[in-house]
Amino acid sequence: MDMLTPVLTDNWDQDRAWTLAAYEKQGGYGAMKKAFTMAPDDIITAVKDSGLRGRGGAGFPTGMKWGFIPQDNPKPKYLVVNADESEPGTCKDIPLMMASPHTLLEGVIISSFAIRANHAFIYVRGEVLHVVRRLQHAVQEAYLAGLLGKNIQGSGYDLDVVVHAGAGAYICGEETALLEGLEGRRGQPRLRPPFPAVAGLYASPTVINNVESIASVPSIIANGADWFASMGTEKSKGYGIFSLSGHVTKPGAYEAPLGITLRQLIDLAGGMRAGHQLKFWTPGGSSTPMLTDEHLDVPLDFEGVGAAGSMLGTRALQLFDETTCVVGAVLRWTEFYKHESCGKCTPCREGTWWLVQTLSKLEKGQGTEDDLDLLLDQCDNIAGRSFCALADGATSPIVSSIKYFRDEYIAHLRHGGCPFDPAASTVFASHGAPA
Amino acid sequence: MTTTPEKTSLVNVTIDGIQVSVPKDTLVIRAAEQVGVQVPRFCDHPLLAPVGACRQCLVDIPDAGNGKAIPKPQASCTLPVAEGMVVQTQVTSPVADKAQQGVMEFLLINHPLDCAVCDKGGECPLQNQAMSNGRAETRFDGVKRTFPKPIALSAQVLLDRERCIVCQRCTRFTDEIAGDPFIALIERGASQQIGVADDAPFLSYFSGNTIQICPVGALTSAEYRFRSRPFDLVSTPSVAEHDACGAAIRIDHRRGKVMRRLAGNDPEVNEEWISDKDRFAFHYARQDDRLAHPMVRDLVEDGGDGQLRPASWPEAFAVAANGLRAAGASAVLTGGRVTAEDAYAYSKFARVALGTNDVDFRARPHSAEEAEFLSSFVALSNHVDYTDLETASVVVLAGLEPEDEAATIFLRLRKATRNGTTRVVALAPFTTRGLEKMAGRLIVTMPGDEAAALRALADDGETALDAGGVILVGERLAQSHGALTAALELAKTTGARLAWVPRRAGDRGAVEAGCLPNLLPGGRPITDAAARVDAATAWGTGSLPAAAGRDGNAIIAALTTGELGGLVIGGVDPADTTDPAATLAAIDAARFVVSLEQRLTDVAARADVVFPVAPVSDKAGTFVTWEGRPRPFDAVFANPASLPDVRILAGIAQQLGAPLGFKTPHEVRTEMESMGPWDGPRPSLDSPQEPKKKPRAKAGGFVLSTWKQLLDKGVMQDGDVHLAATARPAVARINAAAYDELFGMLEGVATAILTGDRGAVTLPVEVADLPDGVVWVPANSFGRGVLADLASPGSSVTIKGA
Repeated sequence: MDMLTPVLTDNWDQDRAWTLAAYEKQGGYGAMKKAFTMAPDDIITAVKDSGLRGRGGAGFPTGMKWGFIPQDNPKPKYLVVNADESEPGTCKDIPLMMASPHTLLEGVIISSFAIRANHAFIYVRGEVLHVVRRLQHAVQEAYLAGLLGKNIQGSGYDLDVVVHAGAGAYICGEETALLEGLEGRRGQPRLRPPFPAVAGLYASPTVINNVESIASVPSIIANGADWFASMGTEKSKGYGIFSLSGHVTKPGAYEAPLGITLRQLIDLAGGMRAGHQLKFWTPGGSSTPMLTDEHLDVPLDFEGVGAAGSMLGTRALQLFDETTCVVGAVLRWTEFYKHESCGKCTPCREGTWWLVQTLSKLEKGQGTEDDLDLLLDQCDNIAGRSFCALADGATSPIVSSIKYFRDEYIAHLRHGGCPFDPAASTVFASHGAPA
Repeated sequence: MTTTPEKTSLVNVTIDGIQVSVPKDTLVIRAAEQVGVQVPRFCDHPLLAPVGACRQCLVDIPDAGNGKAIPKPQASCTLPVAEGMVVQTQVTSPVADKAQQGVMEFLLINHPLDCAVCDKGGECPLQNQAMSNGRAETRFDGVKRTFPKPIALSAQVLLDRERCIVCQRCTRFTDEIAGDPFIALIERGASQQIGVADDAPFLSYFSGNTIQICPVGALTSAEYRFRSRPFDLVSTPSVAEHDACGAAIRIDHRRGKVMRRLAGNDPEVNEEWISDKDRFAFHYARQDDRLAHPMVRDLVEDGGDGQLRPASWPEAFAVAANGLRAAGASAVLTGGRVTAEDAYAYSKFARVALGTNDVDFRARPHSAEEAEFLSSFVALSNHVDYTDLETASVVVLAGLEPEDEAATIFLRLRKATRNGTTRVVALAPFTTRGLEKMAGRLIVTMPGDEAAALRALADDGETALDAGGVILVGERLAQSHGALTAALELAKTTGARLAWVPRRAGDRGAVEAGCLPNLLPGGRPITDAAARVDAATAWGTGSLPAAAGRDGNAIIAALTTGELGGLVIGGVDPADTTDPAATLAAIDAARFVVSLEQRLTDVAARADVVFPVAPVSDKAGTFVTWEGRPRPFDAVFANPASLPDVRILAGIAQQLGAPLGFKTPHEVRTEMESMGPWDGPRPSLDSPQEPKKKPRAKAGGFVLSTWKQLLDKGVMQDGDVHLAATARPAVARINAAAYDELFGMLEGVATAILTGDRGAVTLPVEVADLPDGVVWVPANSFGRGVLADLASPGSSVTIKGA
């Protein structure tokens, strides 16, 4: 078990870990106090030196993002935390905010102080009402304890934090759509440039970071950039939460250095479902091209997964064993993207509509092998042609599944329908439930 | 003042192997147009902000100007050029071509194949570009998205959602250009659609533009839907006749009937936008009461029945000439619909055929001060144009509500204020919706206080009026004593440029043509003997009457007393005049009345001879805009049933033995050009002598403020029920204090009875930021209008709850 590096998850098993008292008992808000003794630019430098890369999926260096904020701009600066965790399979930000919201808040204070923002916003996925409430309660506790508001802890620094509940749109995880939503508009991505660092929220310089990125900041300040950089791989430093789900014995959030392999993670999680073998998996949610059991030893960092033809993404590892129909799984994902397409641009809006129809036909065993080429051509006309990256993600499962499992699609055509027993992949299958 | 890009700001790009230099920040899609490459597009519109939604205009960028390729095809409608950039469009790049074909295929999978019954079929960007940049056969064999059809965004604009490709041109237009964001995207994904709130229909004076810029057949007008096919129509460029803005329009007609009107593209005037009135109000020319032949009255004393009966043209000319000759001194009254050529004919007819200066085009409340202002300052002036409005530091509006009275000016001012370069300051009694949309500043001005308010502006640091500013005065200032003089003084002291904005299309041309008692054509002052000689020489007549004539009000009075016996009247609605009842009584009292009308109006019904006048669609002519810009247009139809005013007046003059020397508008235009403008001295405008008492409310009464809304009961809007249904309702406006006093805590719609010296009307009441003791009502949105049914100009009205 020494492969695990519990930092963010370290206090999750504490009694009432979400309370301020429990957090402070752990030494919480110590990093904040240390940060207040530092120059804001030194905090930015520390985060740069740590090598922390965005934990929301894209992996952009966090410190560099902060450095883009034009400090000579007279407008107010804003920090926006992207807590709209909606990527299928991703389950890290929501448990973090549920278990230890003060970890995030401390990160928010330090980060806002570094970029010289006096207002920060946490945009939480609206469906997770319990998390919204827990965050709101934590913010209230922080205000009452003088950790937020005017002249925090006598530092002379003012910060207000607003917890904003989203209205249920996957697209609002896209940073500019999130800003639109936060401003009370329709959640659709904005034209860039201008980039949020220059004209983001209310046309002011804005940093938008994922929950896990911001929550990692206190540990970097407390333990130093070198400590953080000592973990992980050469270009993917530090630790991250890996969410394992699907046909694995102990699904859950595993915090480990970047570069760990799926084989190691499956071992940590007690192996695959008894009696079954891994068939395919996603490294970073359904938007990242799927991989197979030949990729078990790929280092799970930005470079390693990229070299394997996929993306590290949000480290949402969804594991599927041999009982799972890949065509069915891909169709369900595609239906999700069709449902979540914002509608702004043509390839995504119309393309996902068509993909679902083509895939549905294939799942029912209708059509011909030519439809696979049609499907690939549709994906070619969608990916890289749409306004934002949502549609790129929508094509990933299709293209990768045809790459690895073309025969399975053809089997559907030969069989005149799905050759799999749909009950066999369910959790109750082992109890002998008949198909 | 078109801005010429400086050489230093040019950027060199290579598009499909062709090098071109374009101004910095030019979008790639427009740079491509410079080398003759049309990149297909839907959401892109040169007058709207880029959005990049449809993705149809994808191009390949092998070099972004930094030596590196952009890996994915880029939307050329959102990508600005960069020095050294290399662009490959569908012409040279298989990647760009495939990307465009792919997007086109996506657009078509859910688009109905109903081109055969769609209004847009034949002029449809989607249809055309599907041909040029799409595949011939679809690969989609699935289920298309459908919606119940159509939904009414307003009484006029209908939406067939299944045709919509959600390019957002309509929503962007309403938000960015018109400032009426009543329509918006709703739902998401494939269900995304244009929607409208249940309780807020799409009530915009400019809604029709959304139909025109819709690149598919999703938006249609109730008025034109399913009426014709584009390829059956003949298009004729023309000029809108509903205001003094001179908006370019395109008249589409079929078999002698106007089917629809569209905005023309004139960057110097209306860009690509027109008001709904200019677009939809043309049915007046086809109403049942349209006159189709001349008529003369069979006199009882001659054994007739006293009724109008059809007559031949020669008989009508002869009867008119004989009648005028017998009637003694005669006068000429014209209205705002006349073209510059027609106005010139009326002006010359009065002087040459009737030997009088009793001629006035101002069929509305007017003053001697205004006549002086028009003859000394407005005639021949062209100090301000539309472009100047965009570059002005501040534009002062006095007696002018542009959204209602000069829609093209409103759009230009809104554009200017949105650009952040121009501020608008309005001297008005309350903050109108138009002023709000221009983010303008209100200087609360009581009716009658305009002169003082204008004088005060000279020292108003917040307005900071200087040589970079513009003052626009509306025709309503004639009703405010001293205001026009004060405006002229303000322009002199501050250096700001001044322009007069009348409401009707023909007014400025009538000034230039000398349809005023103190003015001859080309700005020649009556009082100047040299000017009279100049005109008489040009006209080949001996001499012209020397004394200034009677103005409209005086003509009415003189007809009533019998000092004047004959009247030639064309295009005057008595309800618009200072005293409608007196005008009708004067027409009744006149010994002989010749009426030139398009339709059987109150005036025509009282006349002794009635001539059918051609509407603007049936004659050539020129409207002169408020700027002084001539806007010539040709006849759309050759319709022998009616004639231009020019031809009718020529016929009467011939019979009077004083031929005018022309018979057609083109001949008039030639004569006007050869006569030319007056280059002699112009009279100066003296401060008006007799200071009248200011309109002040009687105890418990309200001073009346009023103007005509864009869409109202004007006769040139007759016949279009859908347009009328989008008009703003008639409401009276008072301030909150007066409202509370009248209605207290009343819930629901408050209704009041307004009583003035000419009658009483019942109207719903709304609150506005008016000063105490002022009520605003629309001038022509109820009954026969304010002047006929409620109160005389400047008088006070009382209000009580109904």
